[in-house]
Amino acid sequence: MSQSRRRLFGFAALFAGPAVWWGTVLLAPYAIMFMISFYSKQFPFMIPDFQFGNYIHLVSDPQYYLVLSRSLKIAFFVSVVAFFLSYPLTYFMVFKVKSPRVRLLLYVATIIPLWVSYLLRAYTWKTILGTEGILNSFLIWIGIVDEPIQLFLYNQFAMVITMAYIFTPFMVMPIYAALEKIPRSLLEASKDLGIGKFGTFFRITLPLTIPGILAGFTFTFCLAAGDFISPQLVGGPYSNMIANVVATQYGIANDWPMGSALSMVMLFIVLGIITLSDKFERIGRLNLG
Amino acid sequence: MTTYEEVRVRERVEPRQMFLKLGGWDVSTATLTVAAACVLAFLYLPIVTLMVFSFNANPITRLPLTEWTFFWYEKAFGNEILLTALGNSLIVASCAVTICLCIGIPTALALDRYDFPGKTALRRLVILPITLPGLITGVSMLTFFKMTGVQLSLATVIIGHGTALTAIVVTNVFARLQRFDRRIEEASADLGAKPLRTFWHITLPNIRSAIIGSSLIAFTLSFDEIPVTYFLTGRDNTLPMYIWSTIRRGMTPEINAIGTVIIGVSIVLLLSSVFIMSDSGVRKRPRK
Repeated sequence: MSQSRRRLFGFAALFAGPAVWWGTVLLAPYAIMFMISFYSKQFPFMIPDFQFGNYIHLVSDPQYYLVLSRSLKIAFFVSVVAFFLSYPLTYFMVFKVKSPRVRLLLYVATIIPLWVSYLLRAYTWKTILGTEGILNSFLIWIGIVDEPIQLFLYNQFAMVITMAYIFTPFMVMPIYAALEKIPRSLLEASKDLGIGKFGTFFRITLPLTIPGILAGFTFTFCLAAGDFISPQLVGGPYSNMIANVVATQYGIANDWPMGSALSMVMLFIVLGIITLSDKFERIGRLNLG
Repeated sequence: MTTYEEVRVRERVEPRQMFLKLGGWDVSTATLTVAAACVLAFLYLPIVTLMVFSFNANPITRLPLTEWTFFWYEKAFGNEILLTALGNSLIVASCAVTICLCIGIPTALALDRYDFPGKTALRRLVILPITLPGLITGVSMLTFFKMTGVQLSLATVIIGHGTALTAIVVTNVFARLQRFDRRIEEASADLGAKPLRTFWHITLPNIRSAIIGSSLIAFTLSFDEIPVTYFLTGRDNTLPMYIWSTIRRGMTPEINAIGTVIIGVSIVLLLSSVFIMSDSGVRKRPRK
């Protein structure tokens, strides 16, 4: 009895502070945002209310649908590009690099760009792709084109390239982990059975890394879908993503109830994707078990 | 000893391999090497570009390169506003890391050692800010501060970063605690040490590398943070916010210069955190 009471006391002493902190600065803000998403708006104030007007507006106004589908589309392309960049690199690291030390070095080298300022990495693409930028001046310098190509910057192509560049390490990490876990004996067995390199790859290696690929897709997709910095920097006029709209609602538009409703939608989409991919990953693991 | 099957397999495979061999290398390996090199180049070219152009005299970042100069560095370090922003960022990052540690270590300990109602919910809640887009944490905290009448300032930015980044300390310290052999703590208690003393002399040294490593990561992330800062800052700017406002107006190689400095510092911080964390990992392994 005294033992358990002492344990309870220890727990209270340890966790009372953090519990208050988490409740105040994390749980309360999310709860308040959820509450405000039901408020109504009478410029310039918001009226405490409980109505679904904001959500109905989200569904009925085609503009929001457009922005949402654009965000999902761009995020999808970003993930696909990141995948095609990551897989050969990781495959090379895991299967072709013989020395573990070199492999670790390469892996760290792939992750390092993550820690180099996000903003600066987005910004360099602006300097590379711009009309007066490095790519254009290079093309002119070596004489391939006569005048700068406007097509590089301020469009969705630039957004996909920039975000794929920024988020590729998030794809590399889970795929690397998945590839490294594959037992070498399986590949040897496949080879002994006379299956060629490509057959082995498509029938053994690739299916075994699906959980890793899925995790990578989840990371990059959610990150890209929630980004509002890169679209503003390199996106140009038709590049508003859902996060940009949220930022506008909290800024110039000053419509917080609408912004909150949009944020809640974003929150549920992201949580939904994470839960789904978690479930699929588990199913995949069981099948391969 | 070779069976008929094996012979047949060999005959079938070998001609193809002969065909694929090319000067000691087979074609698929060569292709893969080239592809990997290209991807690595893609990952590093922009960073290298930024660095190279910070030393280039031309105010427009374009090729061909003109003469080399330190002018942009002098200009950046003579820029009052930029230096104030840099100072603010350092203050914010240090305070945020302090919060992360004060909240994160007890939370990790509680998650590791106690069973309490809502434990799973807490574990999910804590990692929400690094799972969700940063913007959602930013706007929800902005709403919270506005509703409670708190003025936006560097203090609100610090609280925001502290909340968003504590997850990193919690997950790292928690992972280390799970690997930690509790018997040495019991031994310490059996020898009559009070709980606090046991924590200080036994637990803390064992999770030290996880603490240092995750603090360095949290510091780097806070120093670079935009989505939360964007909504929570008052009149004071942090460095990323200053850079953000500058590059939206136009480009100046000054940003390349300050960027090169930031990249240098963050790579040093990151490498030391990797070194610290993996170093202790190597020492731990034999015990397992």
